[in-house]
Amino acid sequence: MKYINEYRDNVLVRKLSNKLRKYNDLDISLMEVCGGHTMAIHRFGIPSLLPKGIKLLSGPGCPVCVSSISFIDKAIAYSAIKNVIITTYGDLIRVPGSQSSLEKEKSKGADIRIVYSTLEALNIAKINQNKKVIFLGIGFETTAPASAVVIQKAYHENIQNFFLLSTHKIMPPVMEALLNEDVKIDGFICPGHVSTITGSKIYDFIPDKYKIACVVTGFEPTDLMQSIYMLAKQIHDKTPKVEIQYSRAVVKEGNVKAQKIMNEVFETRNDIWRGIGEIPDSGLKLREKYKEFDAELVFNIQFESKGENPACICGDILRGLKTPKDCNLFGKTCSPVNPVGACMVSSEGSCAAYYKYQNYDGFN
Amino acid sequence: MCLSIPGKVIKISGDTAEVTVGGTIVNIGIQMVENLNEGDYVLVHAGFALQIIDEKEALITLQLLREMNDS
Amino acid sequence: MMDLINLNHGSGGKASQDLIKKIFIRSFGDPNGILSDSAILNIDSKKIAFTTDSFVIDPIFFPGGDIGKLAVCGTVNDISVSGAIPKFLSASFILEEGLLINDLKKIVVSMAKQAKLANIKIVTGDTKVVNKGKCDKIFINTTGVGIFEKEYNYISTGDKIEVGDKIIINGALGDHSIAVLGTRNELEFKIGVESDCACLNELIQVLLKADLKIRFMRDVTRGGLATVLNELSDIISLGVELDEKNIPVHESVNGLCEILGFDPLYLANEGKVLMVVHPNDAVKVVEIMRTHPLGKESKIIGEIVSDHPKMVVGKTEIGGKRIINMLQGEQLPRIC
Repeated sequence: MKYINEYRDNVLVRKLSNKLRKYNDLDISLMEVCGGHTMAIHRFGIPSLLPKGIKLLSGPGCPVCVSSISFIDKAIAYSAIKNVIITTYGDLIRVPGSQSSLEKEKSKGADIRIVYSTLEALNIAKINQNKKVIFLGIGFETTAPASAVVIQKAYHENIQNFFLLSTHKIMPPVMEALLNEDVKIDGFICPGHVSTITGSKIYDFIPDKYKIACVVTGFEPTDLMQSIYMLAKQIHDKTPKVEIQYSRAVVKEGNVKAQKIMNEVFETRNDIWRGIGEIPDSGLKLREKYKEFDAELVFNIQFESKGENPACICGDILRGLKTPKDCNLFGKTCSPVNPVGACMVSSEGSCAAYYKYQNYDGFN
Repeated sequence: MCLSIPGKVIKISGDTAEVTVGGTIVNIGIQMVENLNEGDYVLVHAGFALQIIDEKEALITLQLLREMNDS
Repeated sequence: MMDLINLNHGSGGKASQDLIKKIFIRSFGDPNGILSDSAILNIDSKKIAFTTDSFVIDPIFFPGGDIGKLAVCGTVNDISVSGAIPKFLSASFILEEGLLINDLKKIVVSMAKQAKLANIKIVTGDTKVVNKGKCDKIFINTTGVGIFEKEYNYISTGDKIEVGDKIIINGALGDHSIAVLGTRNELEFKIGVESDCACLNELIQVLLKADLKIRFMRDVTRGGLATVLNELSDIISLGVELDEKNIPVHESVNGLCEILGFDPLYLANEGKVLMVVHPNDAVKVVEIMRTHPLGKESKIIGEIVSDHPKMVVGKTEIGGKRIINMLQGEQLPRIC
């Protein structure tokens, strides 16, 4: 497949692996903040190709992992309303709420449907005029425009039974929040597809204010290896800046048209990141013009939301302060089949990814 | 948060396009891109085209990698 | 374990396995027995293979097959991978009120056609009709019986497997899952993929008659290749090493997997058999398979190793290594 296979070239990957040996003496931590990167790193076995001193940390890049527990509880409460159809990306279906999950509610009979695209969700609303269709909007700047497009469509086509429950979030505030904590981050493997929309300019503050290296990275093995090389070089040469490795998809200004659509539909608000807490101006909510589509304003329901299991340390793990090994629940009460915390439930959550590596030390 | 895949645009109709990814044909929304032509490659994510892939840049990246020395 | 049955319990992965061990085996069976596709029974010192299966697939018609074809092939394959020759099938139908008789006819004709091709007879059955809404159009339950011409116990138990043995698959993975997915209305994809649903008995018998050192066989259905390999490495307490770039996957299947975030290693198949073969005979097995229509894309994809016992490790396309676990629950389309 074009634009995929060439970037999975064994020979190129090996070249990069060899080149990285130049930095054998570095002891650095690189954090990726994108679930897609966590997945790609695991899928291709990238850690096994790096020098021992280059550690990869997984940050809060998984929108599933950082959606607050009350978001799930609210979605579940909505699913119990008569004539409501919940539409959602597959990623959310197993996330544990306080008492239940969307999957469990589905098995009890709630009308909860997995969609691949917001356009499908809107279509479901058009076909089922007597039902109310609520779409669960998770995702960062890569995915928020998809919600914005259908809200604009629903507005122009006067569709009255379609609603958005938004827990969309944006990246820069959480990256800054991480840097203000005690986490040793020497460089960021910056999100590739978020940057396609936003442009690389959103990371400029990181080297400027914090002197930390940044490389906007693609998702194929050569992209990751090349980025890691570029980061190691910046750190070694002490020249932190924002570089774009993923130049075939990312430019400094980003996708201006998509940004316009997003900004026309959404405004920022303070938001809760599961495991981290409240971060100012880090979430997206529908503007006044589109309030009739805002599920939170239209549906008035009571629901109970408990706190997290006190033994769950997903928060510390999401911030790179602890590893899954440090968690008492890991692998015992909390596993991919029976997740307690969000880091385990998403296949790119740190714990789910770590679960796959835990017994095998033979890679290096 | 980024499962996107490059696909080739084979037919454009209004604000949707048919895109092929390794033999599978997907119908996607193209509201976020401009000046799209058949034959272009786009990044496909959650049913939409996010961006047109810059062929020139793609080749430059590969070229850089291929010219790299092992040392 | 949770208190309600959910769809993960039927996906063939870990949740299914747990359910079988904790509920069914606990009441019915030998907790130390090996879970294999068919039971091998001794009746008056003659060995027969005996199996049962249920088919509830939705949609009931899909590119390359239908629920009836699936029922016959699935049962025939369960028997065949134990080394037995399938002879007889039973077929029980649970029909939903409102099902088109024409649809039922198409399915039954399809079953008869497959039975003829596989040289087996469908000899007994049952029909029940339930009220609308109590089952999804049609459910089929089968049992199958086969006879052993030789002693092939070890093919189900893996007793003769040794370090160095090669792992072989008879063709591309994932076609069935993707063909079925493409037929469901929810997704707006046009996929030119047909299910690989087929009876493997003839292919398997050709290989067994060639007297090659085939150590183990299992059909690769729900849960995919990864699940079967995990089961295998667990039974034999040895390691499995997979060479991922040798695993055959059709391009259109790969394309859809990339879009939805699926891993072909976990996709269901209905015409694939995994074999473990002595290294001296592996090339010959592949050669013979490639002369048969159901083995044209056969490949050696891995081997049994002494490292990492009970674990399946994959050498990735780019030379990295990753642990390949059993399927945990149903694979779901992702955006992340």
